[in-house]
Amino acid sequence: MNEQRKIELKKYSLEAKKQIIIGTNCAKSGHPGGSLSCTEILTYLYFDKMNIDPKNPDKADRDRLVLSKGHAAPALYGVLAVRGFFPVEEIKQLRKPYAMLQGHPDKKHIPGVDMSSGSLGQGISAAAGMALSAKHFGDDYRVYAIIGDGESEEGQVWEAAMFAAHKRLNNLTVFADLNNLQIDGTLDEVNSPLPLDKKFEAFNWNVIVIDGHDFDQIEAAVAAAEKCTDKPTAIIANTVKGKDVSFMENQVNWHGAGPNDEQAAEALAELDERIAAL
Amino acid sequence: MAEVKNIATRDAYGAALCELAEKRNDFVVLDADLAAATKTGTFKKAHPEMFYNCGIAEQNMMSVAAGFASTGKLVFASSFAMFAAGRAFEQVRNSIGYPHLNVKIGATHAGISVGEDGATHQCCEDIALMRTIPGMTIINPADATEARQAVLAAAELDGPVYMRFGRLAVPVVFGDDYKFEIGKGVELKAGTDVTVIATGLMVKEAMEAYDLLAAEGISARIINMATIKPIDRDIIVKAAKETGAIVTAEEHSVIGGLGSAVAEVVTEECPVPVIKVGVNDTFGMSGPANDLLGIFGLRAKDIVEKAKQAIAAKK
Ligand SMILES: Cc1ncc(C[n+]2csc(CCOP(=O)(O)OP(=O)(O)O)c2C)c(N)n1
Ligand SMILES: [Mg+2]
Repeated sequence: MNEQRKIELKKYSLEAKKQIIIGTNCAKSGHPGGSLSCTEILTYLYFDKMNIDPKNPDKADRDRLVLSKGHAAPALYGVLAVRGFFPVEEIKQLRKPYAMLQGHPDKKHIPGVDMSSGSLGQGISAAAGMALSAKHFGDDYRVYAIIGDGESEEGQVWEAAMFAAHKRLNNLTVFADLNNLQIDGTLDEVNSPLPLDKKFEAFNWNVIVIDGHDFDQIEAAVAAAEKCTDKPTAIIANTVKGKDVSFMENQVNWHGAGPNDEQAAEALAELDERIAAL
Repeated sequence: MAEVKNIATRDAYGAALCELAEKRNDFVVLDADLAAATKTGTFKKAHPEMFYNCGIAEQNMMSVAAGFASTGKLVFASSFAMFAAGRAFEQVRNSIGYPHLNVKIGATHAGISVGEDGATHQCCEDIALMRTIPGMTIINPADATEARQAVLAAAELDGPVYMRFGRLAVPVVFGDDYKFEIGKGVELKAGTDVTVIATGLMVKEAMEAYDLLAAEGISARIINMATIKPIDRDIIVKAAKETGAIVTAEEHSVIGGLGSAVAEVVTEECPVPVIKVGVNDTFGMSGPANDLLGIFGLRAKDIVEKAKQAIAAKK
């Protein structure tokens, strides 16, 4: 990836991160930690990779993405808004009654959201269903999903893993956001699903391990996934929960809490500094 | 009288899927290692390229079906009622129901008439579960004729449909002139003293009850309620007003099924006695299906008894 483009993507991703802070601050709730850990992945996909059109979000041949870890909705909303699917002002209505932007992704009402999600474990299956449809009808769009590491404790994730490999859904690429935290603590303190790479390998997937905040590595992994002709690809993305907002980084209590006004101002100032430094 | 044929509604389901494939090929059928039993196996044999076995993973299957449907295509997903509605309830609610996706769930082996497999497989809660999902259409056909039409009608409807089929071969009560319509109850017999609203294999029992009641000088109206959601409010209110007493009959728990749906309408719009024939808040058991229908009080004589109670309870 050329340096200029990388700087642009970093900027878009930091702009989206600002929306995560604004949204969860206005809502006084939501999930900033796991949103900040997968923002670069979403930014790369929506700005550089996926065949999508913000003016025509439902176009039939679009690439699709399922945010299986649906609680990271603020990241998806932030990226979609910055990408132009809807006005960024909507983010301030996050989680409010009758707002378009529900607490978890709502396919029926939000332009650019390909699948409703929020109940962990289901999104990866839905993504496999989309990939199956593409294969069945000879459509050449690709399907992406993002699952959490904690989410990978759900049995359905492995039902889906078995299914996608057995049906040879090489048009499916799943990112596992390996930030080592869930709600009640670290993976290890709760019920660790690790090692994820070995598990996906054992389920017959093409597996790639990357730094999930590094655009070069994200791009290379997605390209490698596209070259795989007979297996779905799992990209195990090592990430930091709360990435780029220092006081949120690696803090389990920032999984599901909105920053207050003071905290939000501090977070936004830091993100602005990061943008200025690009 | 012409000889009555016995056909399981699951067989009609498999055959109707094949018939549908003659008309359109923009759909697929999913199953969870029960194709031989749900009769999607019949479809698989005729159209192997349109069939996908998801293995014994019903939760994944329901969410896969949702994703598939989200691409603008039609999909049928089949398993036993216990696993389709029970095991995968939350997937049906969140993956299929919430985004209102075009998934047709073909749930077979519903109710007590599963027979020898016993309680773990006798799902008498599926209608109750599915009824709580906003936007879900629920169809419980009475015989093979109606099952065939229900499958074809469901394919034309945009949105999730739960179709409930049985394992047991049951008499074909409707002729070729019968016309099924989603959301419409059908008056099979006119009557003035009491109305029996039946669904599924209980429709045949209700028809027998009609004769038994007539022999005692009681005029019963018989209604087939194949669509349980959205329920046909008009035909229920009319029956309440005109006959003043209602009996419901279903091969399902008395909690949350047809009886509850009817009572909800009656209590709101025209309160009259409603007495339920159904599985009385108890688990099933092993045994020949036809014996079990008697043991669990799902016979014409049980409808007759409840009809008399309902009439006696009239103000
Ligand atoms: C089926 C289900 N169970 C529980 C929850 C509640 N929940 C929301 S987020 C979460 C932890 C998720 O951890 P992880 O997948 O690691 O997400 P991340 O760290 O990326 O935020 C839980 C348990 C849920 N949404 N769905
Ligand atoms: Mg995590």
